[in-house]
Amino acid sequence: MTDTRPIHSVVLVKQVPDTHNITGEVMTKDGTMNRGALPAIFNPEDLNALEMALEIKGRHGGTVTVITMGPPKAANILRESLFRGADKVVLLTDRKFAGADTLATSVVLQLAVQKLGQFDLVLCGRQAIDGDTAQVGPQTAEKLGIPQITYAESVIDIADGKITAQRALDSGSEIVRCTLPCLLTVVGSANTPRPASVRRQMERKLSAAPGEYAALRAKWPEFETDEAVDAFLAKHDLKIPVWTAEEIGATEGTIGLAGSPTQVHKINFVVLESTESKTISPTPEAIAAMVAELVHEYIVG
Amino acid sequence: MSENFFFDNPDLQFRLEQLDLREALEFKEKGYSESDLYPGAPRNYPDAKDNYRIVLEVLGEICGERVAPRAAEADEEGAHFENGEVTYAAATLDAIEALRSAELFGAMLPREFGGLNLPESIYQMMVEVVARAESGLMTVYGLQEIASLIDEYGDPETKARVLPKFARGEVSGAMVLTEADAGSDLGAVATKATLDEASGQWHLNGVKRFITNGLADVSVVLARSEEGSTDARGLSMFLVEKDATVKIRRIENKMGIHASPTCEIQYTNTPAILIGKRRFGLMRYSMNLMNGARLAVAAQALGIAEAAYREADDYSKERIQFGKPIRSLPAVGRLLLGMKVDLEATRALLAETARWVDLWKVYERAVTDGTAPDMDRARARHKQCQTLAETMTPMVKYCSTEMGNRVCYQSMQVHGGVGYMREFNIERLFRDVRITNIYEGTSQLQVVAAIGKLLNRSLDPLFADWGAAEYPADMAAEKAILVELTATYQKAVDALKAQSDRDRVDYYACDLVDCAVWLTCAWLLLRDTNVLEAKKPVARAYVASIAPRLRASGDVVIGANAVPLEAISALLG
Repeated sequence: MTDTRPIHSVVLVKQVPDTHNITGEVMTKDGTMNRGALPAIFNPEDLNALEMALEIKGRHGGTVTVITMGPPKAANILRESLFRGADKVVLLTDRKFAGADTLATSVVLQLAVQKLGQFDLVLCGRQAIDGDTAQVGPQTAEKLGIPQITYAESVIDIADGKITAQRALDSGSEIVRCTLPCLLTVVGSANTPRPASVRRQMERKLSAAPGEYAALRAKWPEFETDEAVDAFLAKHDLKIPVWTAEEIGATEGTIGLAGSPTQVHKINFVVLESTESKTISPTPEAIAAMVAELVHEYIVG
Repeated sequence: MSENFFFDNPDLQFRLEQLDLREALEFKEKGYSESDLYPGAPRNYPDAKDNYRIVLEVLGEICGERVAPRAAEADEEGAHFENGEVTYAAATLDAIEALRSAELFGAMLPREFGGLNLPESIYQMMVEVVARAESGLMTVYGLQEIASLIDEYGDPETKARVLPKFARGEVSGAMVLTEADAGSDLGAVATKATLDEASGQWHLNGVKRFITNGLADVSVVLARSEEGSTDARGLSMFLVEKDATVKIRRIENKMGIHASPTCEIQYTNTPAILIGKRRFGLMRYSMNLMNGARLAVAAQALGIAEAAYREADDYSKERIQFGKPIRSLPAVGRLLLGMKVDLEATRALLAETARWVDLWKVYERAVTDGTAPDMDRARARHKQCQTLAETMTPMVKYCSTEMGNRVCYQSMQVHGGVGYMREFNIERLFRDVRITNIYEGTSQLQVVAAIGKLLNRSLDPLFADWGAAEYPADMAAEKAILVELTATYQKAVDALKAQSDRDRVDYYACDLVDCAVWLTCAWLLLRDTNVLEAKKPVARAYVASIAPRLRASGDVVIGANAVPLEAISALLG
């Protein structure tokens, strides 16, 4: 029995530095990352969360709204969400959000989700490839006061106000059921995110937040003023809404650096360098000795 | 870094930037008047070019990330035939799903049917990208000419029923022309079309062979509609929507493009719809289809060659012999250079050809509909564009597919023995490319298609323009050589035109077509040096390589030695 009621999903996404492709120049002397040197990408598992939401929309109808907290250029992943099928996006940007740890981030996300109004599901990636904490999803669920299914790999069914989903665990999988609304954190093995639709991209490529009008005019000189851009975007429903701390009703001290109890105690800068190489002779004995050494060093086995 | 077959290909990006579609788009986009009707329609020329970039970026990502990694698997598994049903390999189905969700089908269809209204030039770039990822997939994706034919000549009701399904990628198409005894000689087609005069319904009976993607839901079928006729004038074109009367008898076990099912089809009282006018099946509609398909096969060969070059390039960096990477050996460098320069020359020729095809198509429509502001000018321009499109289409099909075979051969040479092994991609590419200079008309038939036009001096206006243009000062030597080679070419044209022995004209036609291809590519590369410094070494290397060959081939044509023809009858009987 599949529920015929439309399902309204909110997907929480993050723009992250592409830490999967780190090169030597990216790390600074003190062991932190030079973010400017890395391309900013859509956090991979957030794409899986978006895909899951779009698949649910495909089956049940409803809407998919994507929100992100980040600097103005995080609008890029919101556009990407629109190209892939999101109905609506919201950019949460404010200097007051800066320096947030996972707790302060979840406060902002909670307020934004609540401001959106009624929803059935909140989905986000299991974790972001920059912080790798996997905390923001669970914390946001707690703040919203809704149940959560972490490590979700597939949605088996949504019916009678309940969702049945499969969780990916280290040792296997687990099928759980909980009431809606709830929050899902989605793992990378859940699906293959669909590509952007060229048609949607042609239709929505000018989508922009107000802070981006100058850049948009530089590319499209046909718009002579910001007002002309604004009028065009408004006419074609292409404005990306921006919400500030004030607009979501966040109180000082709970957000940004001030709302972040996390302190980084110490950063260890570990340099892994291969200083020597070994040539293994192509004989059964030499290969056996190499395998034994790797097992002994706990590299394999 | 994620793989993207558009971002990683600077030459393809350059071709897109350089592609001047202003004249064609003015007609095709109806003065950019559709942007209020369709939100994705361009507002102006830069907007249209930006849309094309989007198309290639999205396609490049799908091909790089999702299609290419499974190409070996698609080849290994191949298409299946069981209990009369044909199914694609799992990797092919996944690729089709990705292309569908990116809404990349219906590339050239008008927006009213849900298409993207892309010009032929952009579509051919897309075909190249797809073929580079998986050459078998290209035959599924690259058959969009069929939908275009239906759009051009179908009745309104059929168009409204069928075309939106093509645009959504729900149906694919097949061009059903060939029969066991009608291959290159399509005038011999025997499949019968009979008209029930009372109901006005056509039915088909007969067997078709070597039908690429023959499992398609919508096919265009060449059949004999005029009882008692024996030649091309008795053939008409029909549309068939697959039903129980269409039986796939078998699929071929081929050397390459395994993912592409090549079918034998039997029609038994199959209901069919006449496309266009009776008796024009071969001369107009098949030729129309074939022209598009020839460009697509040229693009396919180019894509395979690009993949093969990259395999050789990578391998030559990794493979150490004599204490250094083999690419530092001049003998290997020679192979790599030849491949790279050949690729860029061919890509330039394909883009130029497709541009003339686009112009031909828009003027054809403007002349037919009477919509051009200046009809006399439009008619003259239509004729000029048609001549160039019809000359260059067989030229580029010939040039690109022969180049593709050569590049795959050279790439395997760079690999040495391992390239002959199944684990290496070049082994698959070598098999896949081999069909390209055979299907949609062999190279020998492309020469036949081109030679008449060349003897009518159809390329002269281009050579005159290019000869009169300015080039960078440091390319003066190359320009001088090309001026000299153009004169040689023209002498060769005169000589062959004056030749009264028809067999000798046919025998030496391929040498003249070679000259035309080399000369055209060389001028195009020289033109590129005006805008891109990096094209200078390409143009220099190309001119250096073709100049002596063109002089020699020119001599061969001018001499038109009768000895080989005599030897054919003496030695071969």
